Amino acid sequence: MQKSLHIDANKCTGCLQCEMACSYENHGVFNISKSRIKVFNFEHAGRKVPYTCTQCSEAWCMTACPVDAIRIDAGTGAKAVHEDICVGCKVCTIACPFGTVNYIAETGKVQKCDLCGGEPACADACPTGAITYVDADWTGLDKMRAWAGKTDTQPRATA
Amino acid sequence: MAWNRKLLRVDLSKGTCKAEPLNMEWAQEYLGQRGLATKYFVEEVDPKVDPLAPENKLIMTTGPLTGTVASTGGRYSVVTKGALTGAIACSNSGGYFGAELKFSGWDMIIFEGKSPKPVYLSIEDDKVELRDASHLWGKTVFQTEEIIKSSHQDPQIRVSSIGRSGENGVLFACVVNDLHRAAGRSGVGTVMGSKNLKAVAVRGKSGSGGALKDAKGFMAATKAAKKVLADNAVTGQGLPKYGTQVLMNVINEMGALPTRNHRDVQFEDARKISGEAMHEKRPTDGKTHLVTNAACFGCTIACGRISRIDETHFSVVNKPQYWGASGGLEYEAAWALGAANGVGDLEALQYVNVLCNEDGFDPITFGATIAAAMELYDLGILTKEQIGLEAPFGSAQALVELAQMTAQGIGFGKELGMGSARLCAKYGRPELSMGVKKQEFPAYDSRGIQGMGLGYATSNRGACHLRAYTVASEVLGIPVKTDPLVTEGKADLVKAFQDATSVFDSAGVCAFTTFAWSLADLQPQLDTACEGDWTMEKLALLGERIWNMERLFNNAAGFTAKDDDLPPRLKTEAAKTGPAKGLVNGIDKMRPEYYKARGWTPEGVPTKETLDRLGL
Repeated sequence: MQKSLHIDANKCTGCLQCEMACSYENHGVFNISKSRIKVFNFEHAGRKVPYTCTQCSEAWCMTACPVDAIRIDAGTGAKAVHEDICVGCKVCTIACPFGTVNYIAETGKVQKCDLCGGEPACADACPTGAITYVDADWTGLDKMRAWAGKTDTQPRATA
Repeated sequence: MAWNRKLLRVDLSKGTCKAEPLNMEWAQEYLGQRGLATKYFVEEVDPKVDPLAPENKLIMTTGPLTGTVASTGGRYSVVTKGALTGAIACSNSGGYFGAELKFSGWDMIIFEGKSPKPVYLSIEDDKVELRDASHLWGKTVFQTEEIIKSSHQDPQIRVSSIGRSGENGVLFACVVNDLHRAAGRSGVGTVMGSKNLKAVAVRGKSGSGGALKDAKGFMAATKAAKKVLADNAVTGQGLPKYGTQVLMNVINEMGALPTRNHRDVQFEDARKISGEAMHEKRPTDGKTHLVTNAACFGCTIACGRISRIDETHFSVVNKPQYWGASGGLEYEAAWALGAANGVGDLEALQYVNVLCNEDGFDPITFGATIAAAMELYDLGILTKEQIGLEAPFGSAQALVELAQMTAQGIGFGKELGMGSARLCAKYGRPELSMGVKKQEFPAYDSRGIQGMGLGYATSNRGACHLRAYTVASEVLGIPVKTDPLVTEGKADLVKAFQDATSVFDSAGVCAFTTFAWSLADLQPQLDTACEGDWTMEKLALLGERIWNMERLFNNAAGFTAKDDDLPPRLKTEAAKTGPAKGLVNGIDKMRPEYYKARGWTPEGVPTKETLDRLGL
């Protein structure tokens, strides 16, 4: 089963455990400035929203890369950056409509979410279930279930 | 790594910034944050120093778990000699600033001297400089953060600053970070203002945790500890849903909710200002006061409240800048601004709470000072002419206007800015100030919760609930239930809480974890993160060492056993209603028992044996 990250911003408290988990998984340090997932705080609305790569089917970052450094991981379906091939030209950061591929000056390469090879550290670290890793074809299942539970709640005549 | 092993020394008089290695021998004896920074402070500062003199120092400090995946590992503290109290001060704050400071590669910043003109400190990892802040002086906390982020063109900067109250010499000014988290008590922001230091702006790109003692063990230990928090009814359910405001109705039922300057112990409108009320839909706009809960950095509890004021409320009419969501109300502020002066208007309390954040002053001391002023008004000692308005108990209008005057430093707001002890003394009724060591009580009446009276009286930073939160035991049964109405056993209880809390405050985690965690839950996290052998015994001794170190400083500053006392009201005027009806606080019985349990003389001085045992 293909899985994908699923984000429910209403559950996010802004603790940034996901950002620390991401940086630790990929860089071996707790360093949110290197996280591939970011939590945005919309102060006046009282909203916190985690945001990261959605692994587009038609991935423009991948199409744009002139050296073929971004490739589909066969196991997870993630569009993963191959650091040994990446030349740091940043064309992918321009191509991505969502801003989720970013350049790291320290390494001279770009980085983006690669689903941690199928065990995303951010989802594991999230204490509230705001970030989950679910069936890619059914990311709406929980929402559907919630709405389904609200239908037909009028008392009905029994036969 | 747990520690960055590096501190930044900023001489504001000379305008210099210098890196120093962290004293790792002291780190083994005092851990970090509160303990380690206080060790630096007592070694470097004359206890007799005037808190507002350039010779006083101010330390911003993180703990070894700050900026790690340990739950609540985002705390930092401000250590100085308190402007309000003249005692050792250590005010602890959450938000994101502490972790960012750690990520920038520093463990602490020691500020000394006084800048000839307003400055702010800018930190981007090793790039550190004092910058002119003349354009920030006179600005609020909210404006300061916005201007700094915009001028640096970096929205990811974290800012800790003072508001106008800290500039104006309000003696209970806070240092506020991330808009609504604060190192709140004892006037640490006043000291910062006296040094012409407006703000600290940090961007940390180095990160932490690269050289943990046992990285795998640390990840496992922090994961296990998070599960303890999630499975606990208080930290897993009560605090996320209601915040600390879960306590309002509980403490009122116990007859321990100080009301109208401690004249009463139960507030008839407690329900209206409770956590439950924040969940109810308003008749005016059909919305709930509470928008969402929120976490500080790394926190898996998320007790923080984000609320929205009713746009039709008199306090914010024609003030759209206050219509958005903002921090609050937490229990202590809701009590101090509400029950303490008999105001049952939730919207007014939130507005004043936002003012406290916006201009950086402590809502506990401020609310309690209003309560004292209202009692002076009630007694006819203060008049409408002196105050500038009518100020009877229960007046939301008076609360709102006086808060605005205090924030802006105008009119009677200047007198309120002294705090209740100096205000009551000025008008000839010092006994009406409800506090200890010139710092006002928080939200628990010690006639209904006896142990808190001893905790307040002996707290090293003046009256405070966070030094020995015996409410946990006396009300919630954590770790064991004790009878709140008796004095027996409270000396040992208070000592145990004080010592354990000293360790938590030195580690980089939040005191609220202790609803679920004991030292045994913290120990494996420290032991896997920090170099050295961190046994339970070592930590217990370390907590006691920190407590006694603070005590020695206060004694040298001129405090004596006489200062470990409660106002006469709590010792002579019995609670009028509730379970504690007829009771006063038994401080005079508990104090000698406590000194004995501490290994101090009857005069409250640590004996030589005690000091030797603690390595002091």
